[in-house]
This record gives sequence, C-alpha cells and structure tokens, in this order.
Amino acid sequence: MMLTRHLILNPAAALLLATAAMAAPAADTSAGTQLEYWSAQAGAPGQAARGQAFFTSRHGGEWSCSSCHGTPPIREGRHATTDKSINPLAPAFNPRSFTDSARSDKWFRRNCKDVLNRECSAGEKADVLAYLLQLKP
Amino acid sequence: MSLPHHTHPGHALAALLSSLSLALGLAGPAAADDDERGMPRPVPPAYSSECGSCHLAFPPGALPAASWKHIMAGLDKHYGSNASLDDATRRQLDTWLQTHAGTWKRVGEAPPEDRITRSAWFQRKHRHIRDAVWTHASVKRPANCSACHPGAERGDFDDDHLKIPPGLPLHLRWAWFD
Repeated sequence: MMLTRHLILNPAAALLLATAAMAAPAADTSAGTQLEYWSAQAGAPGQAARGQAFFTSRHGGEWSCSSCHGTPPIREGRHATTDKSINPLAPAFNPRSFTDSARSDKWFRRNCKDVLNRECSAGEKADVLAYLLQLKP
Repeated sequence: MSLPHHTHPGHALAALLSSLSLALGLAGPAAADDDERGMPRPVPPAYSSECGSCHLAFPPGALPAASWKHIMAGLDKHYGSNASLDDATRRQLDTWLQTHAGTWKRVGEAPPEDRITRSAWFQRKHRHIRDAVWTHASVKRPANCSACHPGAERGDFDDDHLKIPPGLPLHLRWAWFD
C-alpha cells in the first residue's frame, strides 16, 4: 500500500475545499497524517518526549525552534529577528497548522537550516509532530 | 529654544501648498515622490505569503533595482535566516521587484547591506526620531514600520497617518507633532 500524507477526498469534499481555498490555502493534509507519513519514512513512530527536547534545544547555533515559536508553542510566537507575530504552531491551538504539505515542507526546510544548519531528518520531523500533537488546551 | 521646524525647502513648500489647498478646500493627490513608496497593485500573492510572513512586505520602491537583485540572489542567507524559495517563485518575485524598484530621486544608490533603514532618504525622514524610540519595547527596531505607520502593510507611509507606539514616554513623542 502506498502511504500518502494527503487526505483522500471524494469529489464533493474536493469541491467544498476548493471553495474554501479562495479564502485560505488548500488543506491537503493534517498534522496527524503528517505524523504518520514521517514516522513511516523514518521507520519508527515519532516520540513526543524526544520531539520536545529537539524543539527546545539549540543545536549548536543561536536559535532553537522555540526561539520563535515559544515554549510550549501554543500561543502566538514572535520572529526572533523581526518580531513579526507567528500563529501558534500546535495544531490544537491553530486549526491551519500542518494542513498544507507544501507549506510545511517549505518551513521545515527553511527553519531547520536556520536552527540546525541542515535539513531535518524524517525521524526528527516525526518527533516534533508527536510533541506538537500532544499539546492540548 | 527652537521650535520644531521643517528644514527641507521641499517640505516647507509642500507644507505651504498643503495649507493653501486646505484653505481653498482642495485635496490634491500625494506628491509624486510618495507614489513609489506605496504598493504597486496587484501585489503577487507570493510576495505577501513568502516575504510578508517574516517581516513587513516592504514596498519595492523603497530600494533600487540593484539592491533587490542582490537580495533575491542570496535568499538562502537572508539577514541571518534561510528564506529560500522554489525557482519559479523566486523568478516571479524577482521580475516584479525589478519592475517596481525605486527610481525616485533618493533611491538611486544601493544602501549598505541593502537595508531600507540605512538608506539616506530613510535616515533623513526619521532624523528627529531618538534612538530610545527605535529600541522601545513597542517598536524594537527601525524595520518595524507598522509600529508607527499603521498603514504600512498597504504601503501607506503618509506623515498624516502616523500613530504613537503604545507606551512611548511623553518626552519621546514630540517628533510626532513636528
């Protein structure tokens, strides 16, 4: 079976989403689906505790993920340089979080390079998603 | 004691003309100089989403073409952040920025580090703003345009539409009434 992190939509739902997309970016996935996807890519399930440690550590550089997203990332964050506000990252606090795979991929690519000076591995992404998904109101 | 005054002859003339047009009940368009400081329409959605997610989507007219060229060629090291784009988006925004880059009289020269805030015109426009204003908790840095220009997102930097950053002590506010 081919594992995908995209939701499988029936035509009516697709039409509904296309209408919604005029106001907001298309929701082609979800945080839960992405957790499954990256866990499968890594060959092991994401671990929340490891994700938390990863999220809050500086990896030899100046910033951690939480420098901009906050600890825990359940409220509005602030860009460490420009101070521009950043929507809450934890999906329970922001329904749009991780619902657009291209957007998630882009920010993982950019932000991992800022924090780790390299791209994140599938396992690291799975851990971070596991951590973010267990943050609840 | 000297009263706050307009030292630039152009400003004095503009002020005079503006009082005249007020007296005559006329409301003319903004000076030609100011037009390029606004946002050219339509703004590509990618400009707002890619550039505007980390900082204000600055009006292209605030920098000369050479600065934008340089910035767009180095997005992987963009003022300390990785702001890299896919090729198609980068090309699209590059073209738009080149088309609408500043050509008005003060934007001719690329500022140090291609920073708008280090342009001669920017520093001149803000010459009465004290250092303590820039570092105040509700401003933080000169690139935070919206702290004082509430219309900045729309490219509105009109002196008549300024706001005072919340909590700014009285002794730092006088420039707003200049």
